[in-house]
Amino acid sequence: MVPLSYYLVLGGILFACGVAGFLLKRNIITIFMSIELMLNGVNLTFVAFAAQWHALSGQVFVFFVMVVAAAEAAVGLAIIIAVYRTRETLNVDRVNLLKL
Amino acid sequence: MLHLILFLIFGTVCAAGAVNVVAQTHPINSALSLVVVMGSLAAEYLLLGAEFLAAVQVIVYAGAIMVLFVFVIMLLNAGAEERTQGSRVAWLLGVPGLLIGGGLIAWVLLNRSGTRSVEAGALPGPPKVIGWLLFHDFLLPFEVTSILVLIAIIGAVVLAAKPVTAPPAKKEG
Repeated sequence: MVPLSYYLVLGGILFACGVAGFLLKRNIITIFMSIELMLNGVNLTFVAFAAQWHALSGQVFVFFVMVVAAAEAAVGLAIIIAVYRTRETLNVDRVNLLKL
Repeated sequence: MLHLILFLIFGTVCAAGAVNVVAQTHPINSALSLVVVMGSLAAEYLLLGAEFLAAVQVIVYAGAIMVLFVFVIMLLNAGAEERTQGSRVAWLLGVPGLLIGGGLIAWVLLNRSGTRSVEAGALPGPPKVIGWLLFHDFLLPFEVTSILVLIAIIGAVVLAAKPVTAPPAKKEG
């Protein structure tokens, strides 16, 4: 028997780490990984509440979140490759011009 | 009791991996820490009884997405990130704000969410039931998702493809 709040706190820790990484990291790939971390924290909350309420739709929602995350990763990494090709850097502080 | 112990073990691994993702400077170390987070989260899902999600977590997240990340890191030959000096005001406001906000949320969650608890394997339904749900109640979102994935594939190919350079025009006469 694990209290529901433990799961929520773990999900909160994951989300907070994701937010901190998103704001602190300067490498564009690591920033992208922080977004995945946030999505995982939300997924854990979804599953914990689904178990709490014995509702299966929570699991289906997590499945959809995973699919969207996979699509987002594919497009995001393609954008990173395109940025690297034009700017020759992965540091977001050096990607500060709208023109090429 | 065993459930709580297993939850604490995997939860600690998960939280430590999440902190390590932020703490590491080299992207490949962050990516491998993220794999640890995904794996321990799959174990947490198993503890909750969500076998289908645990399998999907390992296959899609730890398998496909992280391979994509490692592939891009190696393709672009990403080195350790260079530190740039952030603004001092951001640190002065951000760190106390993060601590206060996090403490407040944790306090509310631990004290105000009642004494509800989740049993081991609390989720009803084997993958068969989820599949039934996916193809009956959630059929339209499922099909829309397939279109989304198709668009994402095309978009990724278009974005990552080398820009086609026109062949140099022949000089006349």
